[in-house]
Amino acid sequence: MSKEIFIVVGAGQAGLQICTALRASGFEGRLILIGDESSLPYQRPPLSKEFLLGDLDPERLLYRKAEYFEKLGVELTLDDAVEKLDASRCTVSLRSGRTLKYSKLALATGARVRALRCVGSDSPDVCYIRTLADSLNLRERLQTAKSMVVVGGGFIGLEAGAMASKMGKKVSVVEGSERLMKRAISPDLSEYYLSLHREKGVDVRVGCEVSHLEQHQHGLTVVPKIGQSITADIVLVGIGVVPNSEIAESAGLECANGILVNEKCLTSDANIVAAGDCTMHQNQFLQKTIRLESIQNAVDQAKVAASSMLGGNQTYDQVPWFWSDQYDVTLQIAGVTTDYDNHVRLCGKNENSFSFFYFKGDELLGVDSINHPVMHMAARKILQRKMGDETGILKRMTVDEIAAFAKARPTVSS
Amino acid sequence: MTKVTFRQPDGVESTIEVPDGWSLMEAAMQNDINGLLAECGGGCACATCHVYVEELELSGLDEISDMEADMLECVSSERRPESRLSCQLRMSEGSKDLVVLIPESQI
Repeated sequence: MSKEIFIVVGAGQAGLQICTALRASGFEGRLILIGDESSLPYQRPPLSKEFLLGDLDPERLLYRKAEYFEKLGVELTLDDAVEKLDASRCTVSLRSGRTLKYSKLALATGARVRALRCVGSDSPDVCYIRTLADSLNLRERLQTAKSMVVVGGGFIGLEAGAMASKMGKKVSVVEGSERLMKRAISPDLSEYYLSLHREKGVDVRVGCEVSHLEQHQHGLTVVPKIGQSITADIVLVGIGVVPNSEIAESAGLECANGILVNEKCLTSDANIVAAGDCTMHQNQFLQKTIRLESIQNAVDQAKVAASSMLGGNQTYDQVPWFWSDQYDVTLQIAGVTTDYDNHVRLCGKNENSFSFFYFKGDELLGVDSINHPVMHMAARKILQRKMGDETGILKRMTVDEIAAFAKARPTVSS
Repeated sequence: MTKVTFRQPDGVESTIEVPDGWSLMEAAMQNDINGLLAECGGGCACATCHVYVEELELSGLDEISDMEADMLECVSSERRPESRLSCQLRMSEGSKDLVVLIPESQI
């Protein structure tokens, strides 16, 4: 009998985790991991954070050393990409010209940056952050640049803006919508962050859409639709990502702003799973179909995807969580809190430490914590237990009860 | 380089070399030491890289910060006097070799 061949496309957090989980579950067939960058799988979160300061060796970002992949029996195919997927023949064709046959396929293709499209946006002084190469480029530019305009007031742009500001650069942020990080945090928190960045001397403009860019011999001018232009040495664009779902779409898999997967991470083809940023998935915790761009989602979906490749029955039912570091402020988000109708603030140990609890009616949707990791951990445990809580008691926990729960330092296993 | 030995709950040991400037957690992850999750990537914000440091008081390691102390209250396995978060244990030239025990669970 021929050996089974599992192919994992995408060597980011999700792809790596799928390989690890497959071997941990006893899979003994051939395992091929295809990545389109030349580096071994690495951590992306630091790319918009401390990595930009310039003294962190890229090697520090690697999840595992090369020996690990040998030990695990993973055939690493780096600096290559799948150009075509033929789901009826169960084959993938690579950029390098090879065609590989699979028994099961995992798509962990991630997402790519959304490009700024306007006059001047093709300037070499326009930077992005997604890959190690992007971040290396930006940090090299930051060594000599004196000023930077960030287009987009989301997590990536604000984290990088905070780093540049820390390095003494003159930083401006232009955000098209009326508040910062609108997609993920509440108006109160947006206000908090607006003040934070402004206190650090960053020129933050909300409700400020970019019209076009003008290139100069040294640097660029960002011209907004309304208001004053800003000139800087470099422009960093952080206006979101788009899922890499083209090969799935061309192969006829169901896609809608991402590769559609069910709670078992199965795509519309029974031999193909998908995990991470590239998936539009049925989220059992949130009770809706959503695309999440986070480490948590990549890791937890990957475990489920690996189980499904082996015919298992695991389902994805984890509480979404996320974090962001800006200056000395750590934000930790548990749950997804966008459609709340009332919220309560709870103080931590000092004025720089607090949490917001978001409710819909009397149901706790999630908790955002500022420099308050103890509360974040408690909130995650409560939210996870809520999943299996048929009595509904946990859903209706009051803020005082949650605070008491956190103080009790729960060691409940989830 | 600092030599650090990780002892699993079942007694199995592995020794790695931690480069100067690296945290114990970073080196453990890259060397595939089982039993650490390090969900937050080293931000002292998740309490899933908990270890017990043998002879902690003689180790010469930095004191526990307020933040680390808070997070140690959240560890999944028993908190002991020798409990530390390995992301906060940064090795430098002259660090003493260490033996650390991995707890039963991280979450």
